[in-house]
Amino acid sequence: MLAYITRRLLYAIPILIGVNLITFALFFIVNTPDNIARMQLGVKNVTPEAIQKWKANHGYDKPLLYNENKNGSEALTETIFYTKSVRLFVFDFGVSDEGRDISHDISQRMWPSLAIAIPSLIVGLLVNISLSMLLAFFRGSYIDVTGVITGVVLISISALFYIIGGQYIMSKLWHLVPISGYTEGVAGFKFLILPVAIAVIGGVGSGTRWYRTIFLEEINKDYVRTARAKGLSELRVLFRHILKNAMIPILTGVVVIIPLLFMGSLLTESFFGIPGLGSYTIDAIHAQDFAIVRAMVFLGSVLYIIGLILTDISYTLVDPRIRLS
Amino acid sequence: MNENLITIRNLKTWFDTPRGTLRAVDGVSFDIRKGETFALLGESGCGKSITALSLMQLVPEPAGRIAGGSVHLDGDDILQYSEARMRDVRGSRIAMIFQEPQTSLNPVISIGDQIRETVLQHTSLKNDAAKQRVIELLDSVGIPDPKRRYEEYPHQLSGGMKQRIMIAIALAGEPDLLIADEPTTALDVTIQAQVLDLLKKIQADTGMAILLITHDLGVVAGMADRIGVMYAGQIIEQADREQFFKTPRHPYAEKLFASLPGDMKRGQALAVIKGNVPALTQEFTGCRFVERCDYALPVCNDTVPDWLDSDVSCHRFDPNWQKLFATQQAQQMQAESINRVEPAEELLLEVNNLKVHFPVHTGLLRRVSGYVKAVDGVSLSIRKGHTLALVGESGCGKTTAGKGLLQLLPVTSGEVVYDGMDLCRQNASTLRKLRSDLQIIFQDPYSSMNPRMLVGDIIAEGMIAQGIAKTKQQRNDMTAQLLQQVGLPVDSVNRYPHEFSGGQRQRICIARALAVNPKLIVCDEPTSALDVSVQAQILNLLQKLQSELQLSFLFITHNISVVEYLAHEVAVMYLGRIVEQGHVDEVLHSPKHPYTQALLSAVPVIDPATQQEIIHLEGDLPSPLNPPMGCHFHPRCTHATQACKDHYPQAVSFSGTHTVSCHLYATS
Amino acid sequence: MNITSNTIAWWQVMPNVLWTDWLIYLLLIAVGVFVYHARRHEHLRAPWRQILRRRLAMSSCIILLSFATIGMLDSIHFRQATDLRDDGSLRYSNESVSLFDQLVLPLKNNTEKTYSAPFATQLYSKENIEAADGSVSRDYPKLKYGGAHLDNAGRDASKDIQNRIVTATWHAALAIVLLTLLFAIWQSMKNKTQLGCVLLKMWRGEQDGLPWKTVITTLGSIILLIFLSRELATVYHVFGTDKVGQDVFYLTLKSIRTGLVIGTLTTLIMLPFAIMLGIMAGYFRGWVDDLIQYIYTTLSSIPSVLLIVAAVLMIQVLIDNNPDAFTTLQQRADVKLLALCFILGITSWTGLCRLLRGESLKLREADYIQAAQAFGVSNFKIITRHILPNVMHIVLILVVLDFSGLVLAEAVLSYVGVGVDPSMISWGNMINGARLEMAREPVVWWSLMAAFIFMLLLVLTANLFADAVRDAFDPRLRN
Repeated sequence: MLAYITRRLLYAIPILIGVNLITFALFFIVNTPDNIARMQLGVKNVTPEAIQKWKANHGYDKPLLYNENKNGSEALTETIFYTKSVRLFVFDFGVSDEGRDISHDISQRMWPSLAIAIPSLIVGLLVNISLSMLLAFFRGSYIDVTGVITGVVLISISALFYIIGGQYIMSKLWHLVPISGYTEGVAGFKFLILPVAIAVIGGVGSGTRWYRTIFLEEINKDYVRTARAKGLSELRVLFRHILKNAMIPILTGVVVIIPLLFMGSLLTESFFGIPGLGSYTIDAIHAQDFAIVRAMVFLGSVLYIIGLILTDISYTLVDPRIRLS
Repeated sequence: MNENLITIRNLKTWFDTPRGTLRAVDGVSFDIRKGETFALLGESGCGKSITALSLMQLVPEPAGRIAGGSVHLDGDDILQYSEARMRDVRGSRIAMIFQEPQTSLNPVISIGDQIRETVLQHTSLKNDAAKQRVIELLDSVGIPDPKRRYEEYPHQLSGGMKQRIMIAIALAGEPDLLIADEPTTALDVTIQAQVLDLLKKIQADTGMAILLITHDLGVVAGMADRIGVMYAGQIIEQADREQFFKTPRHPYAEKLFASLPGDMKRGQALAVIKGNVPALTQEFTGCRFVERCDYALPVCNDTVPDWLDSDVSCHRFDPNWQKLFATQQAQQMQAESINRVEPAEELLLEVNNLKVHFPVHTGLLRRVSGYVKAVDGVSLSIRKGHTLALVGESGCGKTTAGKGLLQLLPVTSGEVVYDGMDLCRQNASTLRKLRSDLQIIFQDPYSSMNPRMLVGDIIAEGMIAQGIAKTKQQRNDMTAQLLQQVGLPVDSVNRYPHEFSGGQRQRICIARALAVNPKLIVCDEPTSALDVSVQAQILNLLQKLQSELQLSFLFITHNISVVEYLAHEVAVMYLGRIVEQGHVDEVLHSPKHPYTQALLSAVPVIDPATQQEIIHLEGDLPSPLNPPMGCHFHPRCTHATQACKDHYPQAVSFSGTHTVSCHLYATS
Repeated sequence: MNITSNTIAWWQVMPNVLWTDWLIYLLLIAVGVFVYHARRHEHLRAPWRQILRRRLAMSSCIILLSFATIGMLDSIHFRQATDLRDDGSLRYSNESVSLFDQLVLPLKNNTEKTYSAPFATQLYSKENIEAADGSVSRDYPKLKYGGAHLDNAGRDASKDIQNRIVTATWHAALAIVLLTLLFAIWQSMKNKTQLGCVLLKMWRGEQDGLPWKTVITTLGSIILLIFLSRELATVYHVFGTDKVGQDVFYLTLKSIRTGLVIGTLTTLIMLPFAIMLGIMAGYFRGWVDDLIQYIYTTLSSIPSVLLIVAAVLMIQVLIDNNPDAFTTLQQRADVKLLALCFILGITSWTGLCRLLRGESLKLREADYIQAAQAFGVSNFKIITRHILPNVMHIVLILVVLDFSGLVLAEAVLSYVGVGVDPSMISWGNMINGARLEMAREPVVWWSLMAAFIFMLLLVLTANLFADAVRDAFDPRLRN
């Protein structure tokens, strides 16, 4: 088990190097720092001096990969590649193009993201599993057909409409909850209701649809027939036998996204004015702050890889058939 | 006579399909007496499994439904029971075990809990008492160390063990009737013997009745008290065992016996049942077997035969019609003799010490930590125009050996000498040319053809690859000729594989292999996926082709009766090695190796006269990853000595052809 | 010489094919080849027949086809001749329009000053109006086009609308009857049966197993909508107008092409990679497999939204810094759209690649592949003749399933600011623009409503169709 995890972690290194090379290529080779400086300065202020000054201020005034003017290891470290990319490996994200400390920002902003993401995940999971079990139990009946069609309609609606519609109805028409905003502590609860509710409703279509397929796949297996032949009631078969097997793909499918919860949701956070990492990224995109976007890309990849490893571990916990070796 | 436990009358179970109502079970009636074993015998698709599921009311819904009839269990019609009431019958009065022990157990619940579930459901035992009962049950089905096994999961057990667990689950409710639906079909013959034995022992202990569903006449002969033969959704004959095996009356049953291969029939064609089982979506106006019957008269076409007092539904036994049949002599086909090639000494291909090992990676750096020694030093020689049978249980490496021989798998070491060349050491282009001489036919006729290709293209593929027929016209001519040779209509070329039945597909596969004029065909269990009557057709075809084309076969199989019928020489494989080989009569009639002896004794035989004492093998086939030290067979061998544990025995020769690898004969 | 523009014939145009247009034509050819191929192969034809026999799928298919028709008409771009130069050559307009624009010219040209509600005859906000006598009053000004044909718009509008609906319905009903007859005549000629018999069978749903009633109902509804728009949309703004007075109905129809381009070209771009790499990884195994797995694991480990964001930002900078490469705004927007398709393609091929790798791994062990190897068939032939045809159903299922997701993604990305060019008409941009107006009183809801209805219709039918395709092609579900 330990050897397995170690190996997976070692395997993550070349992948992160690959991620790093991709982002580096995207951010510094497709566009030279000069281009970015020109972009940031705006058309009016572009002078060669201004560009140089901007690059010097933001640490882009070095060669890309190899510094001929330095000796020894500095020839490699005094480069954009080293200062802007390699340091990401030790989670040193540096400063943003606006001059803020990115690591500090991230540690501040991940909590509001989690405050939305965790309840959304848990409530969503509960709702989706219960609904899909209901549909599976009444498979082939009108309840099932109605549920399936409603599900297709729900997944055909853009997430934007859920948010806009939710805000309009819940906040503007009925004045039930604030339209947007965030405070910490218990008082912030009222701000969470709407975003969480919308996240759950927005995901219920695809979630239920997917889980229903899993349940139906299990229902057709031989062991279910054995369980029925024992004289167990249909509910007992569903809860004790089918649910236990269906939870394996469901849980392991969920585990992979758990680390990514830190990243928050771009849409929800920016619509509801929640100061999390999602809106942080959106703001960075609008301000064209590449340092932040780069940091978020790297962080996202790391979290995804952690998610994959956690998935494998969770398999061994829920499925007795799988032993890691 | 014992009193009846269950009385089934006119049971009908129908399925609604897009092609119409499929009458899978169409008026089945029989009784099972207390404590007896009643066998439902029939080929695949005849409705025997659906009959069993109908008794349990577990027919898959909503497609299937019980359309009529009655099932009286101790006088009560359980078909009238509500679902809730039926649940008290299932598992408690009637229990069931299924064909596939691999999938029939819940993979994520420990076996103990799965048994306990039934105990809790149907007895008043609770907590520790229930657990104690589970351990007793595990013990009674012959699971060693039941306390420890309680916590184990199904994947940790072998197939035979899982079937024992299924039996324990069935026994937990102390049922009056156990339905065993092909309980040993998925198991090897030695394991089958263990499981059948267990069922007999339990029946003797508890006095429960067994409804045994099977297609295997041998199993029926060993187990059943009474027999019902099913055909096309109906029971067509019912008889006591002795009576049935002495004189089967219905033409279908008669044919079934005649189509069984065996050494008595060597050199003659097996009887075949012409045609196919009729579609069950139609309404029948006559006998369902009429299309395929050798005795058929016009009356059979337009009058449905009654269920007669003689317990058979055939006009031949109907007093009203008997005379008609007596005057009209059946157009019985005479058993056609086949030109059986006798041993020529010319070698076609020689395999020396062939090894196929698959590396196993473990640890941090995925280093190779061991090898699965699927084939571990196999030597064979195949003569021209001969059939060498490679016999063994599943997992012994016989298929790997066949594919390794054809260089379809990377060979670890050893040599395969063909035409003076070692195939293992040829470069790709030389090998490609040689491939036309060596062909293969697979077990599963459903997966061995690309479903998206026309039959014509499938057969022509090899010709194109080998450059055998240059023009399209030549290929078309050859394809047509091949199809005729294997007994298929020429217009098959423009159809897809799925339009053919299993037996027809196997014929296409044979035609495909023949297309490149091979000298040797590796037949990898070519008939195990087929029904007995279809198997007979394929075996006849293979024999005919052998005598016409001087083909050699490496016939890989686990079916001893096919070997008896077809093979000239036999090699018995156990855990990657050959333990005994020789002429077919030598090996099958005077087996020397304890494994061969056990294997042969476990094969169920039909003729009660030749019924012999079964040598029971303990445990299962060990893993080829970690084979036992010394003789691989010693942990299961009753004759094992210290020498067997220490080193692998040398081959001992009994005659010019018969060799055995066993320490028993080392000194003699 | 004095030649005015009205002496220039309508066909004197200069084709102006955009990059995405080329690719759409390519896609059309590919679909055409596939249809031709599928018609000749029973195993391909059977599932399609099964799909079209399902009522919901048939209906979805027809609706999707009508969307595709609009998208196609909107993909034929040209510049019109404006006048003749002295040397006799034609001078062409700088603005390139599509065939679709030409068909709905009134919608395109009838722009108001600013917002107006659906079917309104007045602007949405009050303005100072100077009367003929010079007095200034503050009122809702009359629209330039919406209801302009009426003398007293406020009084007559509803009556006029009713009349026009009745007219349109009559015309549509006539067209539907004609259409039904045409179908019946075609079927009766094809099957050599009597016309009445065919009609009866069509009514009972027995003709050729196709759900004719559904076909006619769906087509009928579309015809009705076309006639209604012809009667109403030319003189009213049926979905109102937006901030700069453009007709919202026109905008939402134009958005169809953008949505379709993203939904189809993205897959077209990524398919060759995904298929080739996926099959190679699974079939050859070894280091080829390791390398391909590494590539797609790396790509998929970057959260796709962020990768898209990063790539689009970079493309934007690249385009902004090379303004000379594009002559018109339209070309620029088109290249950005294509770039977006590329980026979405790069992020979405990994899933298909992984699936195909797994399937090829399984298939290479299949008996028929081993039989082919036993004949000495070359690897290339095994891949093209055996593996590819047996994974195409997975490709097809995924392509249709991806389509709706991509259409939805466009809206979200445009909202985030990394979608299509702001000058390009798309649902994402419509929603984005309208979102800001939700705070107004009374609410400006019609842009959102129009985008919602059309997006839902497209995505829902695509999803329903995709379900039918999956059911028909996925052998696991077939029995």
